[in-house]
Amino acid sequence: MATVSELRVHGGRRAELVLLGLAICLAILARALVDYHADYLVLSRLGVFAVGALALAGAAHLVVRIYAPSADPVLLPAVFALNGVGLAILRRIDYAYAARGRETDFGGTQTVWTVVGVALFVAVLLLLRDHRMLRRFTYTAGIVGIIAYMLPVVPGLGVEINGAQIWISLFGRSMQPGEFAKIALVVFFAGYLVSNRDTLALAGPKVLGMRFPRPRDMGPLLVVTLSALVIMVAQTDLGAALLFFGLFVGLLYVATERISWVVLGLGMFAVAVVAASTIFSHVAARYDAWLNALDPEVYSSGRSEQLVRGLFGMASGGLFGTGLGEGRPDLVPFAESDFIIASLGEELGLTGVMAILTLYLIIVQRAMRTAIGVRDGFGKLMASGLGFAIAIQVFIVVGGVTRVIPLTGLTTPFLAYGGSSMIANWIVIALIMRISDQARRPAMETP
Amino acid sequence: MNEPIRRLSVLALVLFLILMGAASYVQVLEADSLNADARNVRTLYREYGNFRGPIIVDGEAIVYSTPVDSPFNYQRTYVDGPLYASVTGYYSIVFGRTGVEQTENSLLNGTADALFWSRLGDLFAGREQEGASVELTIRASLQAAAAEALGDQRGAVVALDPRTGEILAMVTSPSYDPTLVAGHHTPTVNQNYQALLADPTRPLINRAIAGDTYPPGSVFKLVVAAAALEAGLEPGSEIFAPKELALPQTSNTIRNYGGVACTASGDTTTLEDALRTSCNTAFADLGMALGWDAIEAKALEFGWEQKFDIPLSAAVSQLPENPDVPQTAMSALGQYDVRATPLQLAMLAAAIANDGELMTPYLIRAIRSPDLQVLERADPSVYSTPMSPAIANALTDMMVTVVDNGTGRNARIEGVTVAGKTGTAETGVGGSPHAHFIAFAPAENPIIAVAVVIENGGDLGDEATGGRLAAPIARAVIEAALALARGQG
Repeated sequence: MATVSELRVHGGRRAELVLLGLAICLAILARALVDYHADYLVLSRLGVFAVGALALAGAAHLVVRIYAPSADPVLLPAVFALNGVGLAILRRIDYAYAARGRETDFGGTQTVWTVVGVALFVAVLLLLRDHRMLRRFTYTAGIVGIIAYMLPVVPGLGVEINGAQIWISLFGRSMQPGEFAKIALVVFFAGYLVSNRDTLALAGPKVLGMRFPRPRDMGPLLVVTLSALVIMVAQTDLGAALLFFGLFVGLLYVATERISWVVLGLGMFAVAVVAASTIFSHVAARYDAWLNALDPEVYSSGRSEQLVRGLFGMASGGLFGTGLGEGRPDLVPFAESDFIIASLGEELGLTGVMAILTLYLIIVQRAMRTAIGVRDGFGKLMASGLGFAIAIQVFIVVGGVTRVIPLTGLTTPFLAYGGSSMIANWIVIALIMRISDQARRPAMETP
Repeated sequence: MNEPIRRLSVLALVLFLILMGAASYVQVLEADSLNADARNVRTLYREYGNFRGPIIVDGEAIVYSTPVDSPFNYQRTYVDGPLYASVTGYYSIVFGRTGVEQTENSLLNGTADALFWSRLGDLFAGREQEGASVELTIRASLQAAAAEALGDQRGAVVALDPRTGEILAMVTSPSYDPTLVAGHHTPTVNQNYQALLADPTRPLINRAIAGDTYPPGSVFKLVVAAAALEAGLEPGSEIFAPKELALPQTSNTIRNYGGVACTASGDTTTLEDALRTSCNTAFADLGMALGWDAIEAKALEFGWEQKFDIPLSAAVSQLPENPDVPQTAMSALGQYDVRATPLQLAMLAAAIANDGELMTPYLIRAIRSPDLQVLERADPSVYSTPMSPAIANALTDMMVTVVDNGTGRNARIEGVTVAGKTGTAETGVGGSPHAHFIAFAPAENPIIAVAVVIENGGDLGDEATGGRLAAPIARAVIEAALALARGQG
């Protein structure tokens, strides 16, 4: 027994430190390249950035070492690597816009958001010593989540940006409450499903050989899900609706282990998609823009122009990319947000896109691994829910840009410009690491 | 719950594999077609980073690129921009390319196949890729003389070397400065371009080859005369030339300019005199006698209804379709549906000047690689032979009388025989006539053929005729050509 636990005493913190070092090197190098190609390379400023990045990573590492010593060692470096690349490409886009006379400071602002994000990461690890505490807030989280989704439609508070009513204006800054609501709803689903999974799965009438849950067991879940979906559709935030629905079906499956429900859910989804594309003209237009993106008529009408310009950008990058600072990411609309993957594809090539997708895949798989390792059902559902949410989110936004699915607006975690998304995703990582600390902690130390 | 979580993680893996596949498809498999897509401005932008070759006139670069500190790396500079705009066109980051900048683009930017070895050399030597230089047939002194003589009247001048088909001058007026749209500051370029577009005098139109085609008026009588000579008439043949000619099938009559008679007495004149005085009634009757088919066949040989790429695309000079008898009479006078570009009219003069052989007109003398080796050199070629040398000589003699003591006296040059033909084309109700003049000189051994077209009476308004308005301009260009020849001789 003693030998076994001794082997497991290593929480992987040393590996994390080495990997973090690599990630920070990557961030500094990327930033240096971007500055160099824009002729703005000032060593003192690069020094400040390097010291800042090392300090930030060091602080995060120290907090993990003390407060979550057994947590997964790969998550933090992967996130720092993504975040570093994101800062570099945003700075790059600033230079590209500046060359055309448009003043932006995406890079600088995003750096501030990164610091805030890491601070919240630290705060979550400090304050939340056991993820099971969250289970107490199951219903609160559900209500908070729905309210947060509704905030942007409140007159005077919500603002419409680029056709989607998903922002609110607070203290002169716009923020996307939906990013945070996503976390709250995962907590709600996990908490609700872990309490009711048996009744959901086993009790209820049988129809056509399939067992359906009793309305009283299913009720709260359906209320939250449907209201969230209705709100998102009303806000024309189809990406969020898709993400949310995928998450719901996924967690329902994990909790009940019933594949038939997944089939049912996907069937309903298909019906909803067909219905939406016939009822709502803007959905049909998006469909058309996706299927016939390169059609001259669709292109010249402007419907697929964004998408196609993103494809042009990625294509010009080819296998190895133009190199940071050598492409024209400013030719793609929303290069800093929805189309950031096209900017990266152009300058870093397919190689860079593969590397970025692999980093996401590592984060997702580590979250799943955590879900398998952790012993309580609530933790399992939360970890797999958060991990799966990242997977769907990346699939929706990258798949939209690469024309796998119709384009819907969603942020690319840690890469796209935006404070809400940055902070929310750092909190997601903190939660996964908190759960993984529990999952990987030697059995005898568990209270 | 572990089993579904495992399945979920496999699903996540599949999602990422799909994304990786899609990215590979876009960035590798589909990349070539996306990069070649005309809507992809990126390819254009990449091209602007190359050192673009110069455009050369008389051994001097009139268009060249200089390195600048901007994302486009090079600024295109146009020396005497308005003077050469009709030939060079512009090279704009916003509005693309026109003129030689467009037609010779792949050579200028260095991507043409002909520059393969040059590119390979650059690659090994680590040099930046350079474009070829394009040498024009334009002669600076002729171009300047034509532009100066034209002044700010709306119109065009085209001068050809009848022996080779080289375009020695191609001027359109009013012109514009390509520098205005070649800048790198998009809003300024946009504003300049919109201003040029909104200009009612339409400076962006190249009237010499690609503007509205003009009714050639009496200049077209040369085509009819050539057809008549081929049909067996002599310059001295008597032809019907009444004071007023009634058109069959209509109540209309044809009259001469100013309503005067073509001859002092009687109803007939010689073919030579009819051309000298530009007698409308005589040529209308002659046209009806010859029939449209004979005139059309001749016009086709001179280049009508044919698309010329010099390599700039010239508009097609048009002929009427199946005109009836009165329409044929009007067409023989270069009215009705007969249309011609100034280039076409210059070709008409050049064919007569070159003993009946029409040389294919061209604008580019040679292409040189960045290390100054000749990659391509123009090879003069005969386009057609619309008439025999005898007929050409007869027409030349007739055209000499036009200048000596006919309607084209304003083109006379001391000590040089000039052959010419005037044209004054009606433009319909309210508009002043277009004034035309085509000429070549010296008549015995022509070195230049020139066509001048002035829209709507130019500075003279309703008083304008080809002889009064256009002939002096042709003379100025011919004098410049003769001076150049003397200087070289």
